[in-house]
Amino acid sequence: MDVITLLIDGIFTALQPLNLGLALLGVVIGLFVGAMPGLGSVNGVAILLPFTFVIQQITGSVSSPMIFLAAIYYGAMYGGAISSITLGIPGASTAVATTFDGRPLALQGKADRALVIAALASFVGGTVSTILFTGAAPLLASVALKFGNPEIFALMLLAFATFVGLGGDDIPKTIISICLGLILSAVGFDIISGAPRLLLFDSTAWFSRGIQFLVLAIGVYGIGEMLWTINSTRYKTEMTEARITLGRMRAALAGASEAWKGTLIGSLLGFFVGILPAAGATPGSLMAYGVAKMVSKDPSKFGHGEPDGVAAPESANNSASTGAMLPMMTLGIPGSPTTAVLLAGMVIWGLTPGPRLFTDQPDFVWPLIGSFYISNLIAVVMNLAFIPLFLRVLRMPFTILAPLIFVLSVVGVFAAYQNIYDVWLMLFFGIGAFFLRILNYPLAPAVLAIVLGPIAEPTLRQSLILSDGSWMIFLNRPIAGPITIVAIVLILLPLVGLIRRRLLRR
Amino acid sequence: MRIAELVTAIIIALSSIYLMWKSGEGPSWDPTAVRFANIGINVDNSGPGSGFWPFWLAAAMLVAAIAVMVNWHLRATPESRSEEVYLDSYGKRMLLTVCGGLIAFLILIRFIGFYGAIPLFLFYYIYFLGRHSLLAAIAISAAVPVFCFFFFDVAMRIVLPKGYLDPLFIPLYDIFL
Repeated sequence: MDVITLLIDGIFTALQPLNLGLALLGVVIGLFVGAMPGLGSVNGVAILLPFTFVIQQITGSVSSPMIFLAAIYYGAMYGGAISSITLGIPGASTAVATTFDGRPLALQGKADRALVIAALASFVGGTVSTILFTGAAPLLASVALKFGNPEIFALMLLAFATFVGLGGDDIPKTIISICLGLILSAVGFDIISGAPRLLLFDSTAWFSRGIQFLVLAIGVYGIGEMLWTINSTRYKTEMTEARITLGRMRAALAGASEAWKGTLIGSLLGFFVGILPAAGATPGSLMAYGVAKMVSKDPSKFGHGEPDGVAAPESANNSASTGAMLPMMTLGIPGSPTTAVLLAGMVIWGLTPGPRLFTDQPDFVWPLIGSFYISNLIAVVMNLAFIPLFLRVLRMPFTILAPLIFVLSVVGVFAAYQNIYDVWLMLFFGIGAFFLRILNYPLAPAVLAIVLGPIAEPTLRQSLILSDGSWMIFLNRPIAGPITIVAIVLILLPLVGLIRRRLLRR
Repeated sequence: MRIAELVTAIIIALSSIYLMWKSGEGPSWDPTAVRFANIGINVDNSGPGSGFWPFWLAAAMLVAAIAVMVNWHLRATPESRSEEVYLDSYGKRMLLTVCGGLIAFLILIRFIGFYGAIPLFLFYYIYFLGRHSLLAAIAISAAVPVFCFFFFDVAMRIVLPKGYLDPLFIPLYDIFL
């Protein structure tokens, strides 16, 4: 069957009442977590992942829980703009760039205009990237089918190299975060030799089952980030009143086309940044903002309420979130922390992520792609229709939201593994993450690493068995070679910059 | 914050050394196994040993932690220059009250189960920490466990532990399960 037929089939499956309802629910939750400062798509997806088992049980299908989580992901990209504009603090890191011009617009009393532009730009970004995704994914998957262990390991290396080279965080701290995640993923048993290892403090009760992904992810995003938000915002936020009436909305909709240029830049750039392993929507939106400013006729307007400055990052973060799904679905490598959680979810639901997904599980892949189109449509309609409602919800005090999230985290981790040790471990990771977060240790790499560790280690070791212990296997194969070289360059890039700065100073 | 930066780096470095030591451990059933025999690539074509991956990662982590200390010494990062306090009095109190609450929550689960501990934790947080009205605190503390019961115990058939409160739930089991 060709792509169009599969896609139409997929869209019809996604339109079935149950799937449609899940997409709707997901979008609403996503809009909410996106809009709440301190919560982003990754928090929403990680905390709600344990709850998707029930969806799988009820529907008996693996695509339904994924449709739900993907809808949260999209919804959050739309929702982030709401608090960036009205509160002036980004609802999620992906919406940081939206504050640059969205906040000035709101302060000028044009919050409605900024919100409408953000919603429409998000929709265009999401749709453009979904079309690109539909075209590229089957092709990439068929290429990836030829990948062996060395190629997959080279891609893993590339994912971590992207964090080091392009992450923008302190490099030694990024490396610590990556190593920590990878080591935690190795606790328990060595799957190749069967030997127990890293039973920390010789405790079999705690560590013989290994450290589960959700324990770390929910610890970091459900506990650690929440503590950090409480500590830095002190439960207080200041909100700009947005006067939203039907007439003003209509006027704003009519005027939204002025931001076409930023939307176009964001849609295309976001997608390609999103594809890069481990880059994701945050760098995508920041880069789109920078490029839109660069090519603008009057860059000095940026930062003072330029509509393009809202449209570019908003279209880019939606576009990048779809782009990040591409390596996740075709290669089994997540392109962002949120897709890392989705990938872990796929494993839990009994799927094997990777290129074979497209040939083995068309019933999973195509309804999901179909749901991308539908969720985007739902999100833009919901967003525009319920902006006043979301503004009211944003007034929900954090002192009620925070304990609810703590309870959800505790119950969610217990329900997923039915083991109280895991809950304690989650709390421990959460408090640890809080202390590291204050010192600006990036934590997303650790979460990504604990997902990738169980794939990276066996592919590395099997490659080395294949090559009799020679590391050249990663360089002299036609596909693995170039990927490895790009990864090494990315790792060395900051080092070169450091040396150059030193030399210039002399 | 400057001191915290250094202390954290030292803790990470010490943990890396512990992890390297731990990675080198042979399997417990083989008392003859020499420590650190498993971290290299075996010559008999069985590839890297079980300790290979974690050992070298922990080594990389140690190097990175030392780099953080060097940056600290050179005052090269914002955190190593910052004279701000790491946790001010608000932060300390927040950590104590919130994390203390969470720890008490988990301990209580052991005795009075999830359905006893959840309302107590929520009430503590919303009423005492959040200073919301008594009505709001009671309403939320009562609604959440009811929702959880129907979602987990009834819909998902994941029976959350009830500790000493288990007998109270027997009539509910009879009705819903």
